[in-house]
Amino acid sequence: MTGLRYVYAVCRPFGAPLQSQLKGVAGDPPRLLTHHGLIAVVSHVPERDFAEEPLRRRLEDLDWLTETARAHQSVIDALTVVTTPLPLRMATVFRDDSGVRVMLEAREDDFRRTLDRLTGRVEWGVKVYVEAEPEEGDAPVSKPASGRDYLRQRRMRVRTNEDLWRQTEEFADHLHAALSAYADDSRLHAPQNPALSGVAGRNVLNAAYLVARKDSEEFVELVDRSKDESMVSIPGIRVELTGPWAAYSFAGEET
Amino acid sequence: MTMAGRLPEPYGQGSGANLADILERVLDKGIVIAGDIRINLLDIELLTIKLRLIVASVDKAKEMGIDWWEDDPALSSGARRKELARENAELRERLAQLENGHAQVRAREEEAP
Repeated sequence: MTGLRYVYAVCRPFGAPLQSQLKGVAGDPPRLLTHHGLIAVVSHVPERDFAEEPLRRRLEDLDWLTETARAHQSVIDALTVVTTPLPLRMATVFRDDSGVRVMLEAREDDFRRTLDRLTGRVEWGVKVYVEAEPEEGDAPVSKPASGRDYLRQRRMRVRTNEDLWRQTEEFADHLHAALSAYADDSRLHAPQNPALSGVAGRNVLNAAYLVARKDSEEFVELVDRSKDESMVSIPGIRVELTGPWAAYSFAGEET
Repeated sequence: MTMAGRLPEPYGQGSGANLADILERVLDKGIVIAGDIRINLLDIELLTIKLRLIVASVDKAKEMGIDWWEDDPALSSGARRKELARENAELRERLAQLENGHAQVRAREEEAP
């Protein structure tokens, strides 16, 4: 077989088949390479895109990067339905199957240890956003009668927004504490840049929680309840849940 | 809002995740293994690519006419400067109005002794 080997994830052998329609990066269906009782999920990718030089160029191309990232994620997603995958970082590429086997052997102990820690668990993402009231515009504020009046109104608007940030941060701290107490593990990620996410409002909390599958329903309910509470008490706040993800944020060795 | 895929089964694809959610995990999390194809992506911990990404998407967004963050003082120093300049101009105008009003009052006082 020609081409390079793109590795998505490492997992333990699982009984169920993958979705038959599943296509990986570059359109090739992923296959399972078993070695020493571990499985590497692999697909063939062309040298013209994935050899060192072209890959470097390709990664600068946002459309290509987006497409490849989505394909990578859809394979990980399909694996998460049937097993607990250890997701590898995007664009982990080997020359041939034997290169993949050597890697599996070299990292065998790490993989088994991490699999033990993560088996039966998934990752949930929770983000908190807040949208400040516009400082200008629609607000039904009476036209200032004087300069002093104008300054007073302006000061009040600024103070309202400051209160809003503070309230939101307090809410996010409480939420994170409550969810961390319920989850097996948690990670705080950097707030997302709205230019990249395309989401309105300031991202105040961006966290990931490791939760057992069997506890996930309850975890989702916990988030839902806090969502309702937050909307009652703080205007402009939004709690967003994503998942279930493979345990991307917990696959590293540091814990 | 995005009810599908929220529950542990059946793991609906997409799960209401935006592109940033996916890139954040696929590019930045997960296990790092040095493959046969070595790329900077792994060596430099994605710093430059992330910057390029954001810059690229900003350009893209602008092409599509989305540029609201440029006017948000919390996100853009340019907007912060503009905000200050605007406020300054507004205050100066109000001061002028006040002085003007004051002058008129004084003129009237002088006219009607």
